[in-house]
Amino acid sequence: MKKELIQLRVNGRTHELAVEPSKLLLDVLREDLRLTGSKRGCDDSSCGACTVQVGGIPMLACTLLAASCQEQEITTVEGVSEHGSLAAIQKAYGDWGGAQCGYCTPGFIMTVKYLLANNPHPTEAEVKQALSGNLCRCTGYNQMYEAIKSAIEAEQKGLVAAK
Amino acid sequence: MANREQTTNGFSVIGRRTAMVDAAEKTTGAGKYTDDLSVLGMLIGKILHSPYPHARIKRIDTTKALAVEGVVAVVTGQDAPVTYGILPIGHDEHALAVDKVRYVGDNVACVAAETEASAEQALELIEVEYELLPSWFDPEQSMKAEVEFIHEGRPHNIEKEYHHVFGDLEKGFAESDHIHEARYIANEVTHAAMEPHSTLASFELDPHTGKLGRLTVWSSTQVPYYLQHKLSLVLEMPMAQIRVIKPLVGGGFGGKSEVIPLEIIAAIAARAAKRPVKITYTREEVFWAHRGRPRTIVDLKTGVKKDGRMVAVRARVVQDGGAYCSYGPVTILYSGALLGAIYDIPNVAYDGYRVLTNKPACGAMRGHGTVNVRFAFESQLDEICATLKLDPYDVRQENFLKPPCITVNNLRVLSYGLPECVQKVAAGSRWKERRGKLGRGRGLGMGCSHYVSGAANSIIRSDMPHSTVNIKVDRDGGVVVYTGASEIGQGSDTMTAQVAAEVLGCVLSRVRVVAADTDLTPIDIGSYSSRVTMMAGNATLRAAEEIRKQIASAAARKMNCAPEDLVFGNDRVSKTSTRSIAAGEGARATEPSVSGHVEGQILRGSLQQKRKEEGPKDWMTFEEAVVAAIDFHGALTGTGSYAPSLDARGGKFKGAGVGPSPAYSYSAQVAEVSVDEDTGEVTVHKIWAAHDCGRALNPVSVEGQIIGSVWMGLGQALQEEMVWKDGMLMNPGLLEYRSPSAVESPEVEPFIVESIDPEGPFGAKECSEGSLAATIPAIANAIYDAVGIRLREAPFTPERVLAALRAQKNAKKLNLTEGVDPTSPGRFREHGGALWFKGKGPQRHPLDPAVRGQQGSAGGND
Repeated sequence: MKKELIQLRVNGRTHELAVEPSKLLLDVLREDLRLTGSKRGCDDSSCGACTVQVGGIPMLACTLLAASCQEQEITTVEGVSEHGSLAAIQKAYGDWGGAQCGYCTPGFIMTVKYLLANNPHPTEAEVKQALSGNLCRCTGYNQMYEAIKSAIEAEQKGLVAAK
Repeated sequence: MANREQTTNGFSVIGRRTAMVDAAEKTTGAGKYTDDLSVLGMLIGKILHSPYPHARIKRIDTTKALAVEGVVAVVTGQDAPVTYGILPIGHDEHALAVDKVRYVGDNVACVAAETEASAEQALELIEVEYELLPSWFDPEQSMKAEVEFIHEGRPHNIEKEYHHVFGDLEKGFAESDHIHEARYIANEVTHAAMEPHSTLASFELDPHTGKLGRLTVWSSTQVPYYLQHKLSLVLEMPMAQIRVIKPLVGGGFGGKSEVIPLEIIAAIAARAAKRPVKITYTREEVFWAHRGRPRTIVDLKTGVKKDGRMVAVRARVVQDGGAYCSYGPVTILYSGALLGAIYDIPNVAYDGYRVLTNKPACGAMRGHGTVNVRFAFESQLDEICATLKLDPYDVRQENFLKPPCITVNNLRVLSYGLPECVQKVAAGSRWKERRGKLGRGRGLGMGCSHYVSGAANSIIRSDMPHSTVNIKVDRDGGVVVYTGASEIGQGSDTMTAQVAAEVLGCVLSRVRVVAADTDLTPIDIGSYSSRVTMMAGNATLRAAEEIRKQIASAAARKMNCAPEDLVFGNDRVSKTSTRSIAAGEGARATEPSVSGHVEGQILRGSLQQKRKEEGPKDWMTFEEAVVAAIDFHGALTGTGSYAPSLDARGGKFKGAGVGPSPAYSYSAQVAEVSVDEDTGEVTVHKIWAAHDCGRALNPVSVEGQIIGSVWMGLGQALQEEMVWKDGMLMNPGLLEYRSPSAVESPEVEPFIVESIDPEGPFGAKECSEGSLAATIPAIANAIYDAVGIRLREAPFTPERVLAALRAQKNAKKLNLTEGVDPTSPGRFREHGGALWFKGKGPQRHPLDPAVRGQQGSAGGND
């Protein structure tokens, strides 16, 4: 298939790329931009391992055409760590065992970032609901809830300190 | 969640809640898994799979495929016709089919091309002519087969059968006051690890011959050593010419513990293409590769005394093993062997049949061989309690082992935390007050389980140690641990670093773990049978102790004391007592070091100056002590290895090799469920799970493994099931397979029980598998407590629950296992995956059970 020139804005930087119109966002991120943090787990939008944020909304990059994401701010897990240090949620996932094999973790991080951005104090039910689009096979999710709780507390402390 | 207090009892590194050493790599996405890797000139490999469950290959023509633009090589069985298998007794697989295909999804050919698109286009152009053969989908039918056996030399498609008798069964049942007999079925489940299998194979050009030389393989494997071993067998290359590297692995659960076809196919393709080749399975291919937990039919008979004391147990187990041997004989042996080592049963008889069928091969899956039999056993125990009006809690008290002991089937049990586990979950769930008193529709159930801490006998018979670890410490004070143990998410690398740091008394950040690279790390038989903490942990412990001895002897000279007077901790080496040393010992201070120096180490200027001013003091920093040791000994390296002690290796009878372990973990669980009698839906509200892991080296990891095991058991108990139709998998996708999501996952409260095993590193044993098996019966028993129905077939789907409820209402006896046909789901959304879409529906041999009765079955034909 003939390639076309597209512009993608990923993690705050604009990239000009020649890709087939049929090429999926996940493949462009992983192959063309070498951003391999977003994972392929299922090929059919069942598992959420490829979750990225497009215009601030969590989307499944494995079933999204790259060409359809132009003029939008795309954020991948590589764009989450803040100025070279772990974001609160990343630190918390490590401390509380929210990540075991780690393959689903980038997808979860992107989903949780969205949750906390739009609902800073979610109830347990809201957390479960938000995470239900991402599958994890190691943890049974319990330790992720702990991680999210402590990340919220950490953010709070940060805010207080900032004031 | 569980109690959070730090119980470090005297230890400075182990016992503390520690983030995994590779946690940041994982949460930032920086860590590399196999499919994240790419090398210059790398090609993409795609595999052609069989659309038929059992057929003879008459002709394969690849010319059209080779002509496709971008295609570099097409390989078939002829390119590597050597058979292999994970077990030395089961070499029945070809990487690519040579004569026959034996299941829908069997590997036929592989295309290596510049792009995935051209590879897929080429696959369509490979012409294969098949001659259909009758195929077998149900194990009990397959055992009756008289013709066209799936493998030569396997009459009636029986891969292996074992018959064990321990004690006197007739006498045992005669002495029993009550005998209970029933059939239990656990349907087939699979690992569904989040990372699809992936392998990258690359040959170097040999500078002397100018031809292809050494092979490097990056692969998502739990056992680099086994992969290296099988690659050398099939590619007919010496092992020393093959380097296997394990990058991060996105979950294994047993599915990556044996050599999966693509791991060898990638190398065969790379050899033919003379270019690096990467193959990554699609999710559907992962389901076909399978090697999961077989559908298991358990006929169980238990005889007990009035008080519930077990007198005799007879089990007949039939496993639907799929088309190849895989770990089959080991699985069927575990099913029998681990009837023992949990309760005190004087008389046990076991008949196990591992049967071949035309479906993807089953293999090892978390709780290998023990899970489905444990479901049957713990359910039957609950049925007995119901009949005898006994409390399952009390009955278990009557049946505990009295360790140290050797069971009737020669399993040695030293540490045994089961009583405490049972007590903890009973207390946590307020069992005595609440069981049977939650009203109709809600109930509590109890289940127990156990598992090996590594197999005492390696599957490749040899006297080699099961684990070897090298440690190198240098002047920078950095500790590098080289281990073949495979981090697959369970915390192997973290455990290794913790053990080394604890022994050397240094901070964790000094320790770097280099793991699972056959060129750099000593042989280790990998991450399976929950062996890493016990075996690689002990090897690390011994290597670190060797280093500590060398540091101590040098540091003692510096501090004018005896090595025994030194303690290692808080990143220091310190004197315990400040007694002045005797004249004899003082002499040692003047004996020359290898570098010829008699006194004074080479230290960074400032440090040296400081020392001069202060003179000998009663402590050194770890770094100073290391420098002293290197000056004295010349180099600072240590090696440790571990092999299970001989008295832990079991009996002498046929099949005695499987089951023995240096130590067993124990688990007890209580599940609280409610049952919707209108929909048949079962909701699990909470599971209390106590696990005896010997000692918790890292409580975060231990709790993570307990919760994860319980959760995986919950999936098998309620919703996970591989559904077959005419040998085709009807739910080969994560959406249809339905492993539980966050909304279906209840709170699991883990309780850590520490029995301090005499042979474990710091007393530690297994914690990653043992908890899984208890969950399924705990839920089954809770359903009984809730609505009084006994479910003897897992998973307990709404359909099965409703059927049982109906039977209960009109009091008509309904045998749930009657007429269960694994080939007709009629329950799940059916699509059968890519092969349906390509119109290659289930065209079948006239003799197939699927075709009989309904000629010209659904789906197209080609």
